[in-house]
Amino acid sequence: MQTPTLFALLLLLILVAYGTGFSRALSAARSRGGLRNLASLPSYHGLFAALWCGLPALLLLGAWLIFDDAIIRFMVMHSIADKPDTIAGQNLLYAQIQNLSAGHLIGEASPQLQSAAEHLNQLRSNANTLQAFLILVLAVGLGAFALLRFSPELRAREKVEKVLRVILITCACAAIFTTVGILFSVLFESLRFFQSVPVSEFLFGLHWSPQMALRADQVGSSGAFGAVPLFTGTLMVSAIAMLVAVPVGLMAAIYLAEYASKRVRNVAKPIIEILAGVPTVVYGFFAALTVAPFIRELATSVGLQASSESALAAGLVMGIMIIPFVSSLSDDVINAVPQSLRDGALGLGSTQSETVRKVVIPAALPGIVGGVLLAVSRAIGETMIVVMAAGLAANLTANPLESVTTVTVQIVTLLVGDQEFDSPKTLAAFALGLMLFISTLVLNFIALHVVKKYREQYD
Amino acid sequence: MTNLTQTQVRERIEKNLASRHRTEKLFRGLGIASIAFGVLAVVILFSDIIGKGSGAFMQASIQLEVHYDTEVLGIDQVDDESLTWANFSGVIRQALRERFPSVTGRSDKRELYTLVSSGAPFTLRDRLAENPELLGKSEVVWFAADDDVDTFIKSLKDSKEGFRGRTSDQKAGWIEQLLETGELKKRFNTIFFTNGDSREPEQAGIRAALMGSLFTLLVTLALSFPIGVAAAIYLEEYAPKNRWTDLIEVNINNLAAVPSIVFGLLGLAIFINFFELPRSAPLVGGLVLTLMTLPTIIISSRAALKAVPPSIREAAMGMGASRMQVVFHHVLPLAMPGMLTGAIIGMAQALGETAPLLMIGMVAFIVDVPGGVTDPATVLPVQIFLWADSPERAFVERTSAAIMVLLSVLILMNASAVMLRKKLERRW
Repeated sequence: MQTPTLFALLLLLILVAYGTGFSRALSAARSRGGLRNLASLPSYHGLFAALWCGLPALLLLGAWLIFDDAIIRFMVMHSIADKPDTIAGQNLLYAQIQNLSAGHLIGEASPQLQSAAEHLNQLRSNANTLQAFLILVLAVGLGAFALLRFSPELRAREKVEKVLRVILITCACAAIFTTVGILFSVLFESLRFFQSVPVSEFLFGLHWSPQMALRADQVGSSGAFGAVPLFTGTLMVSAIAMLVAVPVGLMAAIYLAEYASKRVRNVAKPIIEILAGVPTVVYGFFAALTVAPFIRELATSVGLQASSESALAAGLVMGIMIIPFVSSLSDDVINAVPQSLRDGALGLGSTQSETVRKVVIPAALPGIVGGVLLAVSRAIGETMIVVMAAGLAANLTANPLESVTTVTVQIVTLLVGDQEFDSPKTLAAFALGLMLFISTLVLNFIALHVVKKYREQYD
Repeated sequence: MTNLTQTQVRERIEKNLASRHRTEKLFRGLGIASIAFGVLAVVILFSDIIGKGSGAFMQASIQLEVHYDTEVLGIDQVDDESLTWANFSGVIRQALRERFPSVTGRSDKRELYTLVSSGAPFTLRDRLAENPELLGKSEVVWFAADDDVDTFIKSLKDSKEGFRGRTSDQKAGWIEQLLETGELKKRFNTIFFTNGDSREPEQAGIRAALMGSLFTLLVTLALSFPIGVAAAIYLEEYAPKNRWTDLIEVNINNLAAVPSIVFGLLGLAIFINFFELPRSAPLVGGLVLTLMTLPTIIISSRAALKAVPPSIREAAMGMGASRMQVVFHHVLPLAMPGMLTGAIIGMAQALGETAPLLMIGMVAFIVDVPGGVTDPATVLPVQIFLWADSPERAFVERTSAAIMVLLSVLILMNASAVMLRKKLERRW
């Protein structure tokens, strides 16, 4: 049976269980003279039966879908007498068997492969039948069990609420699972990477050229994994972005919070916030096709050499993207500064700008710093703009008119296309991802801490 | 200070006053300039995209009288097999030769054939498959012109010469001839909305990417909304104040600021490598985007729950409702509008996301429109990324047009979120 059909059937069974539980409770109540003689309302009896019927079966189905391929593979490979020693060889062999069983292998297949493919088909159809049988038996059996347990005294509501509570807790822990998942996936592959490339070379090496040779004796076959050019490139692009975003965002926030009339504020704020909703790929397109050529022409007209993909173009556009981020965060903290501070400063005769510069900003500074740190972590992790506009060449340069490459660009270029999880080339992307994750984590942590601490001051 | 008279103090202040007011003006001017910069950026961005992309909704088309000659086609009846073998390009070539009888040389003829799109035979095949009775007869059909022709005639309005590119003088002459008689016209570009991706700009469309985006978003919504709401309910209504709860909260706040590409790495390592889910599938894309949008949805759902006044909870409790009943019967329905708004904003964020989907192989060249969540697919932002990399000039136009479609959908989503908030949100 196909999984969707099975799933639909399961849903139907759950509905039936609910309906039966509900109507049994209702008829029991009627014969006893009213709902008040039941320990729980009929809908809870229905839910009780439905949960018993559906939950274990759904969990089993989920586990089955996750593990059945791996188990079948193990059984097929186990049955083959002379299999290759390497993981790559085994993968290839299994892929051949899979293709053969699906019926689209071109060329002659050895009898051994043929029999393995037949074995695979056999196992698959067996597994399918077994799956449908087990899940339906489980659902019907447990559903019937729950219905048999029915009695007017059954405290169905409490039991249902207990299960619901566990479900709620599981959902709340999704965030932790995600973090653990990220850590595991990045850390595990990074450790494999650092087995072939020493950590010191990765962190302090000045040369980045991650290509791996096809043959071992090829010239320059080892590849170079010194990530310093990537770090400097990332820092340069982020710095340019912050140079644009922080002054503009901050001044815009100050003007909107302290000077602007309500009408101006109502118009200007949403317009600037549009910038936050534009997808990054659109900024990338804008940077690569409009801003970069413009900068190049401008540079040529004043006699400078600019490459067609420059750090300046990417940084500038990234800055524009971050403006609303900085401005809305600063707007929040500036508005949180108590009015009494402003009134005091104005009452002593300072002008409005003096009030802002000498009283409001210092009072709001921790919040603003926190916001800027969050913006920096955003700039470091931004991908599409730099992929489309900053270039691929790992240049160790301080000239913003040259093309540079960043950590995120290299992750994308290393992982788009073919991946081999036993070559340092692919694994390097995970090591870079680890660096990215750690640095943004530290920045976020500090920023959130600073913002939180500050908030407590005036509340 | 003490030995200054009042007039001296006054003089000092007045001397300073002018410069202080100048600073004030400068400061205010800087503020206005910053706002203007932001607004200008929006205007330039949008006008640039619209200016580049609006042309793509019209496509140069060529009108030809084609004769479904059984001899040229090499078939004598219409069925599935004969349609795959039939020589439709021969029919189109014949039609072009008949239209320009003066062209005789071999290379000239070859150039003539490049007037129409290389996808034209498929147009003809579909026509014949739909109307089998046309076999042996003639009819007038509009074909998409080649992208070089398209680019050329669109550039004519900017300058008299136009952008020639690969177009020779001879070809330009033919094009002008066709333009004068009205056989070459710009018509509404339906292909752009009905086709999947293609290497030929005039045959490339966004349908496959739109469907891919739709499937991906459906998976994301189906997973992230229930999980996010459940997590918010637990944290807001149940969670005891302890270390574990603090840990969950710190995690959520941190995940909200983790770069999206890291989620892509997670998807690649866990969903594709470990669980061996299909590559390039909307299912995996939806899973990755679920993890990415969960923090947004949890945070906004919590805010919505917080906004429900405690008096409601107390009243329900007072009537003997259990805690679960209070939440599910009273608090949740009142918080729903706020949660839906958050969900729409989260979905808009997911719709515009590109980087993590590149990691899980949704960047492959996929022509077919996906029919389900496990079919290989691409999404609109990734399609934009792919087209932006293509060298043909006609792709620039199409990229911008795809961006326009994407931005319209996003604006629609955000506007509906704002409307929903205004209409359904209650002030207590």
